[in-house]
Parts: sequence; C-alpha cells; structure tokens
Amino acid sequence: MNNRRIIPIGPYHPLQEEPEFFKLIVEGEKVVALEINIGYNHRGHEFLSQKMTYEQIPYLVERICGICSNSHPLAFVQAVEDAGKIEVPERAKYIRTINHELERIHSHLLWLGLAGHFIGYNTVWMWAWKYRELVLDIFEMITGNRNHYAMNKVGGVRWDIKDEHILVMEKSLNEVEKAVGMFTKAILDDPVIRARLEGVGVLPKEVAIDYGVVGPTARASGLAIDVRKDDPHAAYDRVAWDIVVFEEGDVLAKAKVRLLECFESIKIIRGCLKDLPKGEIETKIDEIPPGEGIGRTEAPRGEVFHYVRTSGGNFPLRHKIRAPSYMNIASNEYACVGYSIADAALTLAAVDPCYCCTERLVVFEDGKKRFSYDDILRMSWEKTEKLKARMRR
Amino acid sequence: MRELEREIRERFPEVEIFQHSPRRFYITIGKEKIREIAQFLFKERGLRLSIITGIDSRDGIEILYHFSEDKTGTYWTVKVFLDKAKPKVDTISDITKAASWIEREIWELLGVEFIGHPNLVPLLTAEDWPKDKFPLRRDYE
Repeated sequence: MNNRRIIPIGPYHPLQEEPEFFKLIVEGEKVVALEINIGYNHRGHEFLSQKMTYEQIPYLVERICGICSNSHPLAFVQAVEDAGKIEVPERAKYIRTINHELERIHSHLLWLGLAGHFIGYNTVWMWAWKYRELVLDIFEMITGNRNHYAMNKVGGVRWDIKDEHILVMEKSLNEVEKAVGMFTKAILDDPVIRARLEGVGVLPKEVAIDYGVVGPTARASGLAIDVRKDDPHAAYDRVAWDIVVFEEGDVLAKAKVRLLECFESIKIIRGCLKDLPKGEIETKIDEIPPGEGIGRTEAPRGEVFHYVRTSGGNFPLRHKIRAPSYMNIASNEYACVGYSIADAALTLAAVDPCYCCTERLVVFEDGKKRFSYDDILRMSWEKTEKLKARMRR
Repeated sequence: MRELEREIRERFPEVEIFQHSPRRFYITIGKEKIREIAQFLFKERGLRLSIITGIDSRDGIEILYHFSEDKTGTYWTVKVFLDKAKPKVDTISDITKAASWIEREIWELLGVEFIGHPNLVPLLTAEDWPKDKFPLRRDYE
C-alpha cells in the first residue's frame, strides 16, 4: 500500500511572516520529497525600476527586504557606479562598510532568535532580540531609521557619522560582543540544542555547488566564498578580518557560521571606526553614460547581485536583481529530504529566508514614554507570580 | 590576458570578449554554443552561475548568463542574442540546478522558451496569467 502523504506548509505560514508554499511529501514521519512554490509575494521590482530615476531606485530596492535594506541599495549604487565608472570618496566607503556590518549583526541575531523560537527555546529568542535592539538603536542614531536606512546614493552616502556617534557605537558593540560570546558558549554547550541541530538538514558541498548557494548556507557547507573577500568593495580590503567556514553542512554549522561572523563584523566596524578618513561623503555626478554595470555585496544571507543596463538617460533600461534567498531556498529540495517532519521546519528556516518585523520595546503615548524596559520586565515578573499563585491553588 | 580569457578564446574561437573593468568581462557567443560554454565554465572551471538576465533590446532578446569566478572575484557574463519573433534557447538547468528557477522566470516574464527544461511551469505569476502577455517585453502595456 502506498503510504505517501502530503503535508502542505503555507502559502500563509503559521510561523513565518511571508507567504511561501512548501509541499512536504512524507512517508510516515520521514520527508521523501519537497516541492517549493514561490511567487505569492511578487511585487514587480524589476518592472517598476525601469520607470524610476537613479535617485529614486535606492528607495525602491531598499523595500525588497526589511532586513537587507542596506545590501540591496548598496549593490544597486555599485552597479551604477560600475556602469558610469564613478569613484566614491574614501569616507563614504568606510561609512558604507560600517552600515553593512551593523546590518549583518542585527540580521544574524534575528535569525538566531527565530531558530531558538523554532526549536522551542524561547529564551534564546528573547535574549537574541534584546541585544539586536542595541544595533537597531545605533542605526537610528546614525541614519534616523531603525530599518530602511536610506543611506546609499549613487556616488556616496547621504549621512555622515559624527564623532559623538563613535563613542556610543563602541560602547554598544562591547555589549553586543559580550552577548554573542555568551550565546556561542550557551549554544555549543547545550546538549538539547546540539541534539536538535547536529546532523540535521545536511547540504553536502557538491550539492551546494550545483544549486549555486551563497552566504552562510554555502560557508557552512565548506565553500569559502564571500564577496567581501573575493571582490573587495567599500573598505573591506582596508581592515583585517577572516571568513568563517565549516565543513559539516548541517543546521548547527549554519548557526556557528552566523554566530562567529558577528565577531568578525564587530572587528570590521572597530577597524573602520579607528581609521575613518576625513573628507567628503559623496561625489557630484553629471550623467550616467550608456553601458552596463554589475554590483554585488555580501548581504547577511549571501551575495546580492544587481545588474544595470543604462541608456544615457536618467533611468535604467533594465535592472536585474538577485537576492540570496533565490538560490538558497531552492536547495531545500535536497536538504529536507530524509529527515523527519519536525526537522523540516528548522531546515527550511536554516537558510534564513527573509522576514521583516521590527517592534519597538518602548511604548509612546501622546509623545511621552509609557513603559520602559524595566517596567516591562517588572510586569512580566508580576504576571509569572500571578500564574504561579494560580497553579498553587 | 587572463588565463581563463585565453582558454575561452582557444576553445571558442568565434567569441567576442569585452573587458569592461578589471573584474567584469562580457562574452558574446552564438546561442547554439550556450550549453557547451556553460559546461566548460561551470563543470570544468568551477564558476558559479549567479543569475540569468533577460533583456528585450533593440537587437533582439538578449540573455545574459552571469558566471562568477569566486577565487578572483570576477564576473564573466555570457551574452546570447535571440530572435524576437520566436525566442528559443537550450536549457542549462541540467548542467547546474541554479538555472532552474530563473529559466522559468524568464520564460513567463519575457516569453523565452528554454528547450529541454523539465519543469517549465510558472514560477512567479499566477496560474491563470495569460500565456501571451510578457511583462518585461517592450510592447507590454
């Protein structure tokens, strides 16, 4: 008798924020095949982009994803700069690097929190997101926005980093570094987390090459690829840092890559802040000549690729965008098969498909702060006490 | 001259190679050679297929295969030109799986047929999207 069953996940996923449809084909508890349907969230960016000017497009591509909202505009402006052979001032390059690395830390902490949530470890989720707040606060200080930073423009950046920002950043980074150190130890020491992540959702190296996966997904499968090292842009060749690579290809390796990358990011930001050069933050641009250009950056999830065909006018003739998840999600066809249904949710999340959600911890009402962090903590304790009292009854 | 550039010229004498900047190369080749050059770049030289771009331009439909050579950080973009009336090109999705989704996408958005693609069903558009409307064509209203 055929005991194959189909378990549909999506299109409106109970756990994830974005619509994607995974059809798990199972025999008993074991996943034997996976079909992926995407396209529920298609917003036609490439179509829209052809009708917008080079000044407007960074704001458009920023909205591709709430988390990679520095990577996409950065890749786009680099593509236009490649097409127009535009040189960017040194200071702007350093500022771009700092923003880009801050984005990586906050994205990796976001993923860590979600991974903790998926395996039922809500403590990991709460703590990771608590320290992610510090990074978002830095963003708010530098750019005025917690997400959608609107920092990149063709020829430079829009806001400068002030001296007083540097002191605050250094203090916050010390705190984040301590927290990430704590997570790394806690996760590697915890037998339950290891049991859930080790040897699960393995993506071997040759399959990773075949699917063309990028970013932490590739680096956890032993592929030492990283745009920041391979094709140095911004200020990545001016500071010392290392690529993090693991060979195992399982979910644990992906977690390790992301955790250790946070340390490298902090190292890069410190290096950039130390020798931040003085001077202009943007070049004046007359016109973009006809031609073509390729821009690529290493987003937290992997390589972001933008191709621009310019026509000599003020808008592109064609703008091709490739986000890292486009390559990474497809590899789940392989990584989920052979494991149990319970592991599938985690494996699907391990490539870090995109989410966008940012909630403030501070509540404002009529312009006044209503609850602070301490208030919320106190309320949470009070509620726990109440629950305990009810259970004792 | 780069080593890979020399090898490509030896293997495919008819190619045109244009160096845009130190790390950006554009290779123009006949569409009947695409499988051969993809095989060479991906299987023999270990380049990664980053993405494929389709452009409806004045000279016809251009298909651009962006291959990334990760150890040097170089992009080798292979260009083929297709006839606008009946755009058709061989699939490379059996050479690298990375081409599978994007070929489906170009097929539905630009109307290019990828001969031999095993699963040419819509990727992004709805199932009831009209089969003769291609949003990325110039004449699309």
